[in-house]
Amino acid sequence: MSETAQQDRVRPWRLADWFVRHGRTLVIGLPMLWLVIFFLAPFFVVFKISVSELAIARPPYLPLTSWEDGKLILTLNLGNFQYLIEDSLYVSSYLTSIRIAFFSTIFALLLGYPMAYVIARSTGHRRNLLLMLVMLPFWTSFLLRVYAWIGILKANGVINNFLMWTGVIDSPIVMMQTDFATYVGIVYTYLPFMILPLYANLAKLDTTLLEASSDLGARPLTTFLTITLPLSIPGIVAGSMLVFIPAIGEFVVPTLLGGPDTLMIGRVLWSEFFNNRDWPVASAVAMAMLVLLVLPVMWLRRAQSQQEAG
Amino acid sequence: MQKTGFFMRFITVLGFVFLYAPILSLVIYSFNESRLVTVWGGFSTKWYGELLKDPQILSAAWISLKIAFTSASIALVLGTLTALVLVRFGRFRLRELLNGMITAPLVMPEVITGLSLLLLFVVMESWLGWPSQRGFTTIVIAHTTFCMAFVAVIVESRLSDMDESIEEAAGDLGARPVRVFFDITLPTIAPALVSAWLLAFTLSLDDLVIASFVSGPGSSTLPMVVFSKVRLGVSPDVNALATIMIGAIGLGVVIATALLLRQEKKTE
Repeated sequence: MSETAQQDRVRPWRLADWFVRHGRTLVIGLPMLWLVIFFLAPFFVVFKISVSELAIARPPYLPLTSWEDGKLILTLNLGNFQYLIEDSLYVSSYLTSIRIAFFSTIFALLLGYPMAYVIARSTGHRRNLLLMLVMLPFWTSFLLRVYAWIGILKANGVINNFLMWTGVIDSPIVMMQTDFATYVGIVYTYLPFMILPLYANLAKLDTTLLEASSDLGARPLTTFLTITLPLSIPGIVAGSMLVFIPAIGEFVVPTLLGGPDTLMIGRVLWSEFFNNRDWPVASAVAMAMLVLLVLPVMWLRRAQSQQEAG
Repeated sequence: MQKTGFFMRFITVLGFVFLYAPILSLVIYSFNESRLVTVWGGFSTKWYGELLKDPQILSAAWISLKIAFTSASIALVLGTLTALVLVRFGRFRLRELLNGMITAPLVMPEVITGLSLLLLFVVMESWLGWPSQRGFTTIVIAHTTFCMAFVAVIVESRLSDMDESIEEAAGDLGARPVRVFFDITLPTIAPALVSAWLLAFTLSLDDLVIASFVSGPGSSTLPMVVFSKVRLGVSPDVNALATIMIGAIGLGVVIATALLLRQEKKTE
């Protein structure tokens, strides 16, 4: 045994040795490097372009620095941000995004809470089956599920055909290309995100509390309002965040189901970039979204997780 | 067990109808003879035939599968490393930075991720000459970046539930960290790795917005082709495509559940 150990010392395998000594740094460094290059660095680029000037060129913006008479000139064009404030389109689409995301969250909560509650109160195979039924749509294509609603909501779609066949209405109700369709699409898409955290919370609920409450003579509704609901607030918060956050930046649902005036900020950024080819303004919209929406959300999540930990 | 009230059960039934009615209507109308999607013209499988003859959809589907497979695999490695570092490596410099960068993609709107990566690629191209063309590689990079965040979340929660004393015992018995990882940690977290890979694969396969920003000519993914078709209105071959995908996924989930239940029975 000592012989082999000695041999190891005499003929060290340098590469392996190096890996052992620096393994820790390597393991940390690899994902760190990837994220710094492909996640962090892009935001500096976006910032740079958001203060550039639009130009007819490839790529369509002017460089920030120029060299003239031996002077290095740095031009920061804040006009793009000024434009965002002056043109009411941007402010109103921010507000529309927040409004639609907020009400979609409320609707998802009203529909998702009873579902999560019933699943949490059922047992065994039935519970597993219901859970699987909630998760199954999530695994199928998001785009195709939104597309399915076009066939249901449009003028000669499933709902209108049915209502006209039964004679409830004479002419089709306009549902496609409205805010209503956008709400339906968003609630539909993100409902599982509301149900799952609520279920996880409600399943952990100590049922002896409920029994105690009813033994003491409380009616089911009173028990629900005074025990179940307050104890499930963390689940409500978690589910609501999972719906609200992605709903704000939603692009596909308002584009396919919403009307021309359902302006959500994700859609505005998209058309600024792809239709107007105005990269600086698109970047400015992204920067504004980052500061006004993403940073507060990250701060909120952080505060929430610290509260849970402490 | 507390009984659930009638109202709660009623809403639940309504909720499940809401979840499944659109999917059901997609499937039913995919077998519709008529081109008018909502008028029933008799049973037919002709849209499936048409779908399988459409070279644009077939090549887009193949590209999407390749991209999803590649980015899910890279994301699995990078996400697992990140989770390992965050859960097991204790305190180190820049830990907060890494933690922030891995959780931020979860809340980042897709349009911002897509735009920022595209602009990065454009700037890199003018500075470094790489990537000279946008397409497969740039989409894989973009998908890996947002998928690894989801992988990291899943693996992190599994790792922090895991009994650390087994790893410590292996270490005490003289196993090097790499050996401990491959012999103890990896087999223990394997189920989490499988579900993380599947989630990453699905997310990549499903992504429209980010891919639209960072793709180039000739590299349209399946969602991009479907989106451009659907934008013009309802088309029956998309229904056929949806039915095939729903069938495949449904089958996969049923098989996975059956396997899982069998394993649970075995361990009992």
